Amino acid sequence: MTTPAEALHTQEMLINMGPQHPSTHGVLRVLLRTDGEVVVNARPDMGYLHRGLEKIGERVTYAQFMPFTDRLDYLAAMNCNCAWAWAVEKLAGIEAPERAEYIRVIVCELNRISSHLIAFGSFTADMGAFTPFLYSIRERERVNDLFEMTCGNRLTYNYARVGGVSADLPRGFLEKTKEFLDYFEPKIDEYNKLISYNKIFVHRLANVAVITGEEAVAYGLTGPNLRGSGVAFDLRKDEPYSVYPKLDFQVCVGSGERGTLGDCFDRYMVRINEMRESVKILRQAIARIPEGPVLAKVPRVFKPAAAEVYVRTECPRGETGFYVISDGTVLPNRLKIRAGSFVTMNIFEKVTRGLMIADIVAVIGSFDIILPEIDR
Amino acid sequence: MDPKALFDALKTRFAGAVPELQAEGFRPAFVVVSPDALLDVARFLRDDPGLRFDSLMCLSGVDYKERFAVAYHLYSMTHRHAIGLKVFLPRENPSVASVDSVWPAANFMERETFDLFGIDFPGSKDMRRILLPEDWEGHPLRKDYKYPEFYHGIKI
Amino acid sequence: MEALARSLVQAVPAIAGVPFWTVTLLVMVVTAAVLLVFALTFGGVGSYVLRKVAGDIQVRIGPNRVGPYGILQFLADGVKLILKEDIIPAKADRFLFVLAPYLVFIGSFAAFVVVPFGVGLIAADLNIGVYYVMAITSLVVVGILMAGWASNNKWALLGGMRAAAQIVSYEIPVGMAILPAVLIAGSLSLQDIVRSQGGLLGVFGWNLFHNPFTFFSFFLYFTAAQAETNQTPFDLPEAESELVSGYNVEYSGIRYAFFFLAEFGDMFIVAALATACFLGGWHVPFFRADALPALWGNLLSLGVFLVKAFGLVLVMMWVRWTLPRLRVDQLMRMAWKYLVPLTFANLLGVSLWLLVFKGKGIPQMIASIF
Repeated sequence: MTTPAEALHTQEMLINMGPQHPSTHGVLRVLLRTDGEVVVNARPDMGYLHRGLEKIGERVTYAQFMPFTDRLDYLAAMNCNCAWAWAVEKLAGIEAPERAEYIRVIVCELNRISSHLIAFGSFTADMGAFTPFLYSIRERERVNDLFEMTCGNRLTYNYARVGGVSADLPRGFLEKTKEFLDYFEPKIDEYNKLISYNKIFVHRLANVAVITGEEAVAYGLTGPNLRGSGVAFDLRKDEPYSVYPKLDFQVCVGSGERGTLGDCFDRYMVRINEMRESVKILRQAIARIPEGPVLAKVPRVFKPAAAEVYVRTECPRGETGFYVISDGTVLPNRLKIRAGSFVTMNIFEKVTRGLMIADIVAVIGSFDIILPEIDR
Repeated sequence: MDPKALFDALKTRFAGAVPELQAEGFRPAFVVVSPDALLDVARFLRDDPGLRFDSLMCLSGVDYKERFAVAYHLYSMTHRHAIGLKVFLPRENPSVASVDSVWPAANFMERETFDLFGIDFPGSKDMRRILLPEDWEGHPLRKDYKYPEFYHGIKI
Repeated sequence: MEALARSLVQAVPAIAGVPFWTVTLLVMVVTAAVLLVFALTFGGVGSYVLRKVAGDIQVRIGPNRVGPYGILQFLADGVKLILKEDIIPAKADRFLFVLAPYLVFIGSFAAFVVVPFGVGLIAADLNIGVYYVMAITSLVVVGILMAGWASNNKWALLGGMRAAAQIVSYEIPVGMAILPAVLIAGSLSLQDIVRSQGGLLGVFGWNLFHNPFTFFSFFLYFTAAQAETNQTPFDLPEAESELVSGYNVEYSGIRYAFFFLAEFGDMFIVAALATACFLGGWHVPFFRADALPALWGNLLSLGVFLVKAFGLVLVMMWVRWTLPRLRVDQLMRMAWKYLVPLTFANLLGVSLWLLVFKGKGIPQMIASIF
């Protein structure tokens, strides 16, 4: 029984969606075997950005590793900084002052907004609508200005320290943040009107790459990808850390509103809704932040007792986990970085079977991967 | 679930294959498992209704100077508890059965461990280097790794 | 052409001694040169306008460095493209690779011949005007397929195949949507179609308001035409973020400029056709353009035509920067399952209307009451 493909003597095409490509969100190489436009197999090939961060971690002290965490997920650098700070604090039994925790939450949520803005913008740009990208960049510029006020940097902040944050918030920062929130909240509705519910956009994303809840858990998906499949799991609510227990917000879960639960559209909408929730968290944090010191008394070079911890935090791209092994010396013995994007790529090959080439772009965009996190 | 209780439950079921519980200074606590019994323990932990460890948080290789270890961090979405498994391996030909039939999330993480430590995972559906080029020699995260001078004629 | 040549000989007695065919040839060459200059200028200025419109929509400024308000940007781009190194990929099919941009440009530029710019301002008033445009713009498909194949690049090949499928599929709705105007005018000649929209005051003579079916078919035509010219939401053949520029990925320098100019030429042709067939062409509202003294009538009607055509081009750019891109199977489905049946039904509707109401449109019926 010959298939139509065999009868026509067609051949599969091996296309290289190479490391340089406008839509792979970094230097990711996808080897596509396609039958015309339909993908038979899409194998991701990573490692173009591997810098050996884990090996470097074994040669620098705990405090010296902070700038390297910026380069882990540079679009959510504050989150990675704070994740490392929390991990080392748990390892060494240090407690940061409350004002420092509030500051960390404020900058983490601001960074979550700006990271989701980039995810939203680059996703719509991949789909062909170039305009929303520039609107989201305009919003992100204001967040960058806020960050510049705190630490002087717009992308790689190196702001958190083991035991707190490096410097207190400057005068006027909280007012400017409130102004930004008032300006930004109606923009989310504007984006929904412009592109989120646009028929063409919905048709590109609905029912594409459906991942059920059990599959998502088994394949290790975390963050918005997991919540897009209907699993209501958010580390800020289910394994709360820092001052999140005091803050009230919803966990955004995909609902299959246009298409099937767990398709690309759900993952996209989870990110849009998370921006709204971050605004809520920020308003509460700004209202409740106490006065006080911002850095605990931690010796410059400290030797934590021999211990092993695994600490995970909710970063915009999933769960960033640090498995740190200390052997009592100033340098870590092992520093394993569990990155959300890396484990998300596990499911890529399975979920792209039978899709069209245009859908591969949609899948990569909906997973919101970032290569430095994958490659470390 | 309390790690001690879990350890006792495992000890009753897999006598001898779970020699040790590392609890002090380990968060989450680690149950040391012998390499041959790992796959059975893993399946039991995932399928037992009281435990239901359906999510593999992290899989990492560790180089303690005398021996290797593979550390598994497990989490249960249903019961919201966590535990760790640790398998100690000798430095020569370290290998332990792959768990990607139990948790598909393990695949890339095992490939990374193989790539950076040289620990083999027989039974894995895809065991290739993942971060380093296919023809790289050596396993960088080992403590005795010597940095090569040249790669394909390029001085590095 | 001949009439123009004859009037030129009458006007300038000095050249009466020259054989007539040289004068005709000269007239033809000058007309072609004028059209070419117009097409190239439109391509250049159009690219500047495109970038400024994009900047406006995207809350940024757009080009503003080269010349006041960045007006000379297109000249700078043109010079850059001309001076670039001519790279032909090693394993590319040289002959086809070189030929493809010319075919695409010819397919687009040759249609300028029948565009009715104004009263008596048409390079060649062919009596198969519309039919000729449909036929000659199909040459673009051949060129794009050639470009995709000859580049020796799988992405280019994909882009070329998509383009072929897309343009060929959308030819049918385009043709069917233009036919109502042809039916109302009773002629394929574009000047006749434009003239048939005169007579009534203001804008009511336009085919757009003739009957509901032509109103509908204007929008059908515009949508299908957006697909013919590879504009977003139908820009799969050159989907920048998927195919890394699709069929023209291996082209650089002046060859790329040809593709680019052909795209703008196509945009203008489509807009010009829509203007001529639905928006009254060169008819000046509240004037009788062909009754005005010679030069004023020509210039005014030319100005009105260009304003209408450029307005439509601006709308195309506006749509381009707003909507996302359709996937290839959705695009084909849209053409075959929606546009083709709709345009066929539309055509049937217009035919029945003309039969029942003896060719009179709604504005004419209202006018005949008074």
